Amino acid sequence: MDIREQVVESFRTLTVNKLRTGLAILGIVIGIGSVIALISLGQGSQQMVQNQIQSLGANLLTVQPGFSQSGSVRGAAGGGTTLTLDDALALSTDPTITTVKNVSPEVSSRQQVTAGRNNANEQVYGVYPAYADIHKITLSSGSFVTTSDLAAQRKVAVIGPQVVTDLFATDANPVGQKIRVKGQEYTVIGVTASKGGTGFQNQDAIIYIPLSTAQKSITGSSSINSISVEAASQDVMTTAEDQVGYALLKRHKIADPTQADFSIFSQQDILNTASSVTGTFTSLLSGIAAISLLVGGIGIMNIMLVTVTERTREIGLRKALGAKRATIIRQFLIESIILTILGGCIGMAFGATVSFILSKVLSIPFTITMSSVLLSIGVSGGIGIIFGWYPARTAAKLQPIEALRYE
Amino acid sequence: MPKNQKNQTVISVENISKVYQVGEVETVALDTVSFTIAKGEFVAIMGPSGSGKSTLMHILGALDTPTSGTYTLDGELVSSLSDDELADIRNRKIGFIFQAFNLLPRTTALHNVMLPMAYAGIPVAEREERAADALTKVGLANRIHHYSNQLSGGQQQRVAIARGIVMDPAILLADEPTGNIASNQADEVMEIFHTIHRQGHTIVMITHEPDIAAHAERILHIKDGKLVNDERNTQKTQRVRKPEDRKTG
Ligand SMILES: Nc1ncnc2c1ncn2[C@@H]1O[C@H](COP(=O)(O)OP(=O)(O)OP(=O)(O)O)[C@@H](O)[C@H]1O
Ligand SMILES: [Mg+2]
Repeated sequence: MDIREQVVESFRTLTVNKLRTGLAILGIVIGIGSVIALISLGQGSQQMVQNQIQSLGANLLTVQPGFSQSGSVRGAAGGGTTLTLDDALALSTDPTITTVKNVSPEVSSRQQVTAGRNNANEQVYGVYPAYADIHKITLSSGSFVTTSDLAAQRKVAVIGPQVVTDLFATDANPVGQKIRVKGQEYTVIGVTASKGGTGFQNQDAIIYIPLSTAQKSITGSSSINSISVEAASQDVMTTAEDQVGYALLKRHKIADPTQADFSIFSQQDILNTASSVTGTFTSLLSGIAAISLLVGGIGIMNIMLVTVTERTREIGLRKALGAKRATIIRQFLIESIILTILGGCIGMAFGATVSFILSKVLSIPFTITMSSVLLSIGVSGGIGIIFGWYPARTAAKLQPIEALRYE
Repeated sequence: MPKNQKNQTVISVENISKVYQVGEVETVALDTVSFTIAKGEFVAIMGPSGSGKSTLMHILGALDTPTSGTYTLDGELVSSLSDDELADIRNRKIGFIFQAFNLLPRTTALHNVMLPMAYAGIPVAEREERAADALTKVGLANRIHHYSNQLSGGQQQRVAIARGIVMDPAILLADEPTGNIASNQADEVMEIFHTIHRQGHTIVMITHEPDIAAHAERILHIKDGKLVNDERNTQKTQRVRKPEDRKTG
């Protein structure tokens, strides 16, 4: 029997023994499918977190007040009052700072806000016009805080879509309406477009007012909560971080960088932390995938071994009729390979479909990597082939009569 | 044994024994049996149930090995042959009809009969033709495409016979070939055997029916694993109907 004929014979055997073939393929499908689906989900959610962080603004540095290490007191970042508006203005004019595109000083506080009879507790940001640029804020209606609003300390507010739902029950356009923040009346001049608020902070639940207004009417202090600095490009992030850091140290007359009364975070730091978190998540899913690979593998192994009784008699008969050992082993190898290829293809389609549906349901990106496909097919296929081939090899070594009598 | 000798020996067993060990119990299935069979002989083996006939036949068919003693087939010591050489001999030289039929399950009669030819490398078209021929000879022309499990016991036995003769083997070993067949069909099977015999092929056949054994030229009697009698058959039945109708012979 040549190979071509053995392939035909194998297909015949496989189609004739439908239940046996079906079970073996099912084992392979589950083994491969679950691994592909689980790894795809893990990578999809990792991707999602990265995308979200990136959408907060690229090339972003955040300067926050706070003593990093000062004697016995260790100030929490963001908790101090050491950053002023002048610091921020100096950063945008300092000639030693060459790699910074935009500087945005920010103050923020939580305030009780009312509009008519509605009442909500919202995050209120005092901002410069540059804020919109740096944080990639777009407006769905109206306009953002302008330089003249700032100069005139106008009581105007730009509100997020979540604030609109909180304060204005009807779907009337809130632009031009009045809201009250800390007892004072503000005119709504714009509504921001939704950013899909599931990040660290809900970007849709913020009220923006001019920084000067916020300092005068809300915080009553000249200190600011943070300065967002946009670097010219991704490549100069570290240079920008250094330049901003040294400029501020000089202004604050601090010689030792370890005594700095502010801290600088980059988007990269946050990304790294988040990546390590989702990386753990992916390892967890990989662990689950490894277990399903094992379970699938045992399933494949079982069905292959269970069929041995019947197959051993068949092998005995084939030997009695003149089949050589190698011919028999080759036939079983071909059968196992056909099973594995069939199961592998169905399993891949199955795993991809499951992860596609789940990624839609969980609204995470749909990703399938070559490595997960290769891993699952390698392991399941390997198990299928080994446990198809090995018992056949053992049976082919028996005397034909021993094999025929096998119980 | 010189090969050119007229009365050439094909099968020669010398003091062969087969002992089965099941746990503590030893069963002696064959006890120092010796005999020779010449080329072209038609031999019947008779004996009570459990006397070791099938055991002997499996050894003659190179399907099993004796515990002791030597078996020489066509001048070659069987114990010295490799697994693959034995497979080749079983394929080309020997036709074996099992007492338990041993057909492939869920496989058509035709495909079962084609199987030995597949291992001989015969082209598929020729295989189908010869298998259909052999099945016609055993009276199963209308059951060619039936699955083995859709056939009666007697029909399965006849498929096994067709498979045994399809390679036109020099030695035909038949273990109770008519055990499940009605007597008129048994006569047809015997007729096929006579045709094969007349072509100069050797036949060894196990049976417990005296009128089937009567077709043979020589009858070996086995009891408790021992060869107890080796007789020439004097009133040989040679009933051959319409020999001219046969394609071959
Ligand atoms: N695999 C085996 N293990 C143990 N004992 C066996 C085995 N095969 C056969 N025997 C024993 O060997 C003896 C001979 O068996 P064998 O099958 O050769 O008998 P037989 O003459 O063909 O009988 P029957 O006419 O019923 O077919 C029996 O006693 C049987 O129990
Ligand atoms: Mg028997």
